Amino acid sequence: MPKLYTGAEIVFKCLEDQKVEHIFGYPGGAVLPIYDELKNHTSIKHILVRHEQGAGHAAEGYARSSGKPGVVLVTSGPGATNVVTALTDAYMDSVPLVCISGQVPTHLIGTDAFQECDTTGITRPCTKHNWLVKDINDLSEIMHEAFKVATTGRPGPVLVDIPKDIQFAKTKYKKLKKEKKLIGKSNNKFSQKQIDQLIDLLKNTKKPVIYSGGGVINSGPKASDALREFVELTGFPITSTLQGLGAYPGDDNQFLGMLGMHGTYEANNAMHDCDLLINIGARFDDRITGKIDEFSPNSKKVHIDIDPSSINKIIKVDLAIVGDVTKVISKVNKTILKKKNGHSKSNKSNIAKWWEQIQKWRGKESLNFINSNDSIKPQHAVQRLYELTKDKDTYVTTEVGQHQMWAAQHYKFNKPNRWMTSGGLGTMGYGLPAAVGVQIAHPEKLVVDIAGEASVLMTMQEMSTAVQYNLPIKIFILNNQYMGMVRQWQELLHEKNYSESYSEALPDFLKMAEAYGCKGIKAENPSELDEKIQEMIDYKGPVIFDCHVDPNENCFPMIPSGKPHNQMILGPNDQEENKIKGKGKALV
Amino acid sequence: MSKSKSAYSVPTKKEKSDTYIFVVWVDNEAGVLARVVGLFSGRGYNIESLAVAEVDAVKNISRITIVTTGTPQVIDQIKLQLAKLVPVHKVAEFKREDKNVIFKEMALFKITGKKKKMEKCLNACKKFDLVILDETKTSKVIQITALRREIDKISKKLKPWGLISASRTGAVAMTRGAKIFN
Repeated sequence: MPKLYTGAEIVFKCLEDQKVEHIFGYPGGAVLPIYDELKNHTSIKHILVRHEQGAGHAAEGYARSSGKPGVVLVTSGPGATNVVTALTDAYMDSVPLVCISGQVPTHLIGTDAFQECDTTGITRPCTKHNWLVKDINDLSEIMHEAFKVATTGRPGPVLVDIPKDIQFAKTKYKKLKKEKKLIGKSNNKFSQKQIDQLIDLLKNTKKPVIYSGGGVINSGPKASDALREFVELTGFPITSTLQGLGAYPGDDNQFLGMLGMHGTYEANNAMHDCDLLINIGARFDDRITGKIDEFSPNSKKVHIDIDPSSINKIIKVDLAIVGDVTKVISKVNKTILKKKNGHSKSNKSNIAKWWEQIQKWRGKESLNFINSNDSIKPQHAVQRLYELTKDKDTYVTTEVGQHQMWAAQHYKFNKPNRWMTSGGLGTMGYGLPAAVGVQIAHPEKLVVDIAGEASVLMTMQEMSTAVQYNLPIKIFILNNQYMGMVRQWQELLHEKNYSESYSEALPDFLKMAEAYGCKGIKAENPSELDEKIQEMIDYKGPVIFDCHVDPNENCFPMIPSGKPHNQMILGPNDQEENKIKGKGKALV
Repeated sequence: MSKSKSAYSVPTKKEKSDTYIFVVWVDNEAGVLARVVGLFSGRGYNIESLAVAEVDAVKNISRITIVTTGTPQVIDQIKLQLAKLVPVHKVAEFKREDKNVIFKEMALFKITGKKKKMEKCLNACKKFDLVILDETKTSKVIQITALRREIDKISKKLKPWGLISASRTGAVAMTRGAKIFN
């Protein structure tokens, strides 16, 4: 007779079969049998967080920086509800997470038992799929399917809810079955004909632009390699979404910078004026498109995406190729090389004028800001951080707000998986726990959370996690005492009525660092900035860096709401000019 | 147009909405209807009617028929979003005007009142496969099958003649000829 295992044992056997090395979690009544089993599985290390949302974001950081799914373990009721924000965040940004939650025993489900909630009901809209395990005999199959659903196609979070009695019940263990096909869910059905159509478009374009997104990162490092080859073969300009940064080197001459609401002037104008738009693994998010009616009005549009429901969701495209970015772009590259006979050369001369135009736009230097000797400008702080860390293969996470956009604008990423930020959901408090997860996945690397003081306070408790596991994460806080992005919108659109966007009381971050048992550093003057940043980098252990920046700085350039790409507001230099012409205000 | 104060873009012109019928084959498991219906409510799609029942006990498959309205773009999205759900096997969608598809809905009517008025009701319903399920001196329960809008019309007509209660199934659909959906 085969050996019988408890539900808790089966959970770990599945995790071992899936080669899971780390889980992020927090114990509680309904998951105690699983926690009890933890000691018998030394290949799996549990990271104890301080709040379940932190577990979720840490797992996201882990997944995004390593390409492996993040695993979360939480208890029923509040444990499950606390993780909902992180699940939603992962769902929006296509991060593979497997969340295991405890549930009250089967016979108590539906009776409003202690710490009971309808976990599968609550998480249904924010997971790719979820399961309530009602029969111990289903457990191993569900666990394996959970990993499969989370990691295949467009990745995303899943949740497995396991009642306590199921964790105790015994059954046989079923090993991971080879390839049980998910009917209709495999999305690699593109044809050579579609590739050829794309090649034709490449040949005839005079004003092309490539717009790449998080799908390139999700498809793995090979996708970035293929993308770089594609850009080199075609000679086309490339811009990237927030999530796609790093897929193409940020300091390369063909890279136009990020596009969208706070993207560069050249990227957004190229999007607007192009005659061929090639979207690779991005989803025409509303922060990218601006006004839909006037989005890239004269271009043929190509969309390469693994998720068929992303196609034509917002922007109608002329050619859709549904498939994995690595496979599609590799195929395109091969086809270009095969048909080469002079094509790539002639093509580059086709677009020489277009490059001239782009250089003109670049001349605006839209990321410029007026630096100061008296106060630290936040953009300057990010630039200095970049200069001092760029040779180190640094991993950067962020919170959400102005600092996030400045980080995206001024920190140049050269490799994929080095940039972790909450784009879709825009979750303040993402960056610190995400940094914890990144550092767990890359113990030897430098991990910096570029943070705002308001965001970081939302999940500050995870500093305790960092200290417990001696994770040397660097929390680089651009402290302007405001919810800066809220303040910016209020300044521009609500007649400077700064309603509730100023934090009248803030903790002393140095004392806070001391209280957590980590190092605190404060910088208030531009002259001391470099030295202090270097001190932060050199310190072997977690650091909270309180960088006092100019509280009135706004994030430019920006596309005001309801405007197309070619109607950006530029920074203060340009606004000065506009004021003279009396146009300044009208642009807002 | 007044200046937008929103961080979001303003809605753009809407295309014309049409009525479509979706047929969805799903695993008959706990919560599957909630997933389908939740997708509609969560993404702001409309449900006019819904009919669901198991159609294959061996393979454990249920068939859901949903009548909805939307612009062509929305209809396309509904189809693709449905297909992404893990328990969904396949999805088919038809325009209500599609001549190759039969749409039927069943209704039960309870009619009370004088004999003469009830006769009037029965006459009006004759062309809709009328079945009388229950009769008393003062009441009748009848069953009809027809198109959705025909039932809309007839129930309106029957109201003054003594229709006091109506129960409807929601539309179900089947293609004409030997072909099946795929």
